[in-house]
Amino acid sequence: MIAELGHYALMLALGLALIQGTMPIIGTRSSDPVLTSMAVPTALAQFAFVAVAFAALAACYVTSDFSVFNVYENSNSAMPLMYRLTSIWGNHEGSMMLWVFILAFFGALVAAFGGNLPAKLKANALAVQAWIAAAFDLFILTTSNPFLRIADAPFEGRDLNPVLQDPGLAFHPPMLYLGYVGFSIAFSFAIAALIEGRIDAAWARWVRPWVLGAWMCLTLGIAGGSYWAYYELGWGGFWFWDPVENASLMPWLAGTALLHSAVVMEKRGALKVWTILLAILAFSLSLIGTFLVRSGVLTSVHTFANDPRRGIFILAILVAFIGGALALYAWRAPLLKQGGLFAPISREGALVLNNLFLTSACATVFIGTLYPLALEALTGEKISVGPPFFNATFGPLFVPLLLAMPFGPLLGWKRGDLLGAAQRLLAAAMLAAAAIAAGFALQRGGPVLAPFGVGLAIFVMAGAIVDIAERTMILRVPVSAALRRAVGLPRSAWGTAFAHFGIGVTLLGIVAVTVWGSERIAALKPGETIDIAHYRLTFDGLFNRPGPNYRDVVGHFTVRRSSGDLIGAMEPSRRTFPARNMATTEAALMTRGTSQLYLSLGDPNPDGTVPVRLYFKPKVLMIWLGALIMFVGGGLSLSDRRLRIGAPRPAQSKTALGARSAAHLHAQHRG
Amino acid sequence: MTRKRRRLVLIGGGLGVLAIAVALMLNAFRDSIVFFNSASDVVEKHIAPGTRIRLGGLIKTGSLVRADNLKIRFDVTDGSREIAVAYQGILPDLFREGQGVVAEGALDGSGVFNADTILAKHDETYMPKEVADALKKSGHWKDDYGQPAVMPAGGGAK
Repeated sequence: MIAELGHYALMLALGLALIQGTMPIIGTRSSDPVLTSMAVPTALAQFAFVAVAFAALAACYVTSDFSVFNVYENSNSAMPLMYRLTSIWGNHEGSMMLWVFILAFFGALVAAFGGNLPAKLKANALAVQAWIAAAFDLFILTTSNPFLRIADAPFEGRDLNPVLQDPGLAFHPPMLYLGYVGFSIAFSFAIAALIEGRIDAAWARWVRPWVLGAWMCLTLGIAGGSYWAYYELGWGGFWFWDPVENASLMPWLAGTALLHSAVVMEKRGALKVWTILLAILAFSLSLIGTFLVRSGVLTSVHTFANDPRRGIFILAILVAFIGGALALYAWRAPLLKQGGLFAPISREGALVLNNLFLTSACATVFIGTLYPLALEALTGEKISVGPPFFNATFGPLFVPLLLAMPFGPLLGWKRGDLLGAAQRLLAAAMLAAAAIAAGFALQRGGPVLAPFGVGLAIFVMAGAIVDIAERTMILRVPVSAALRRAVGLPRSAWGTAFAHFGIGVTLLGIVAVTVWGSERIAALKPGETIDIAHYRLTFDGLFNRPGPNYRDVVGHFTVRRSSGDLIGAMEPSRRTFPARNMATTEAALMTRGTSQLYLSLGDPNPDGTVPVRLYFKPKVLMIWLGALIMFVGGGLSLSDRRLRIGAPRPAQSKTALGARSAAHLHAQHRG
Repeated sequence: MTRKRRRLVLIGGGLGVLAIAVALMLNAFRDSIVFFNSASDVVEKHIAPGTRIRLGGLIKTGSLVRADNLKIRFDVTDGSREIAVAYQGILPDLFREGQGVVAEGALDGSGVFNADTILAKHDETYMPKEVADALKKSGHWKDDYGQPAVMPAGGGAK
């Protein structure tokens, strides 16, 4: 009964989405306020019904209703409640439900909190949202119904894929989807602006919080997925340039570019047409990511099942939305007025440079990911484009981007002083030079590029600090005055500094772990030891440990410093899941500062030895710590007063939109 | 600077960065693409020793030999031809004789394939897509080989 309720609610949501997608557009074209105003209630109702459908599916999982095929295939009554809940999206059908749930949620947020938006823009944007929702609702209902029943209900479920039975599943897919789907708002606003044929700086101010929020979630989602792969796959890599990872990186790169170009548009009214294009591209790449992962053209952990009909359906959605959006763009973009002159050396110029490098880097990832698919489709030749390709293309494009990054915030709008910025960055450059020199002095026979990588990371981090130091004038005014200035700085300035600092932290982690990490592989008998870096591990033996729906064979290792001081124990295991007859490797991690010892077990050999793989990962945690700092930076920016209240600056208040929002701001101040 | 000149600088910069990206990509495509081959392909195409390729097929039953220091040897077959593979390291979960495997590495002078990466399945019913296609081509495909989930294992390229 609950499953049927969910199914029915999803159909109603589709119906509502169709109304939401047509009536407001007709309303805005014919200036009919009643039809225009239908966007908000239908968006809220559509969210309510999608939420009912999602809750129904959740209820089936929580109560382990194995008469529902999807639950039978992906759950097991012995699984802990948390994994029964996360298995909702640990499969194709359920993950698409999560997709539409988040989509409807964002639509409802725009409807509920978009009070300061111009009525036409809001109605059109919600209508575009509804088209996306309708397409995906239809996709679920026709090809991926999670509510299908089995006539003879089995007694027990087939269990969730053991690789997915991990807290990472609770975090990684929802965050990633919040990011992917969050870009749909920017997309909808871009299409709405194209439909209306007009756009102004206020548009960027409305869209920026959504882009920022989506970007924050995507940043954390990608970092979370990377950490999950790092500890789950048993060999300690943090990024594999796997097509599925690239699928999430591309929207991130485009989204990062969008974030920066929207700043130019908001402050200076320039780059309007380009920003619109980026908004379309960021969501298009999210759709392509969904297609790559869900259609079965790629085989990976993320590919749950192959059904050619699904691939063709998603491809049709892809072609319709991306092709339609780009066609509309080509037709309407010339109508949008350009504005805001600037010299090449200026804040705007720096942000354009940022956009150039980010989109080029995104293009190389795009080609490297899709070329093998295209080649196989055209010639039948099978190739793999692996890390060497991406290291040789993505890397060189990111270096100048990072070198230029500290300059950007120090340049003035309109016309900047490159020499002045360079002088102010002198301290950062000297620090970086010292790091490079120290790197060469300490390094024995490592790659020549490594100290430069560290130097670049230090330069980026120090550059972010210089930015804040300059703004607070910390070295020129008394400390108390500097503190007052620090508090008075716009939060977005802090956000920029944090996000840029975070990039440097991540880079430092990547360089350190890639260059100075070490690895030992050995087959050990109980009592034998293995040395790595300045640690010595003793293998004490294997023992069995039962779990709720698995068995663990655990290896116990005592960890000592080389000097002999006892530090602790590590217990990696081999985990067997009887319901699926599958085994996973559960690596043991020991954190020392930001470095980690990483230990995983192989299958015991017939002669009684146990193969172990031991890594020392110096500064590895900085990779994800940096992402966290970027997230915090995004959050600080998001809390900026100017974005919260959506008030335009006086310069724009001459336009009708500006006047409206200014009045709104007034009302807020009085209230 | 006039509006026109500013625009020229912008467009020039954009094309410059794009040209760099294209040059980098073409260069990387020449050096770093790895082709997938079945055992028969390796023999028929006369692949030169030292060329990095991916070799896929079934692990021949009875061919797996374990030596000291986690060294192993096994034969990869597509039903018609066999290639001896040498690997050192921890094998992925569910690496078994008679199952599908994809190994990445290069042939040495004596015709042994030195693998530095072994990709194997993480699910009982999984068969790597490339291996499935190769087996179908050589007529040794059985219908009970299913699909879902693969993951890389083994040390990355050294």
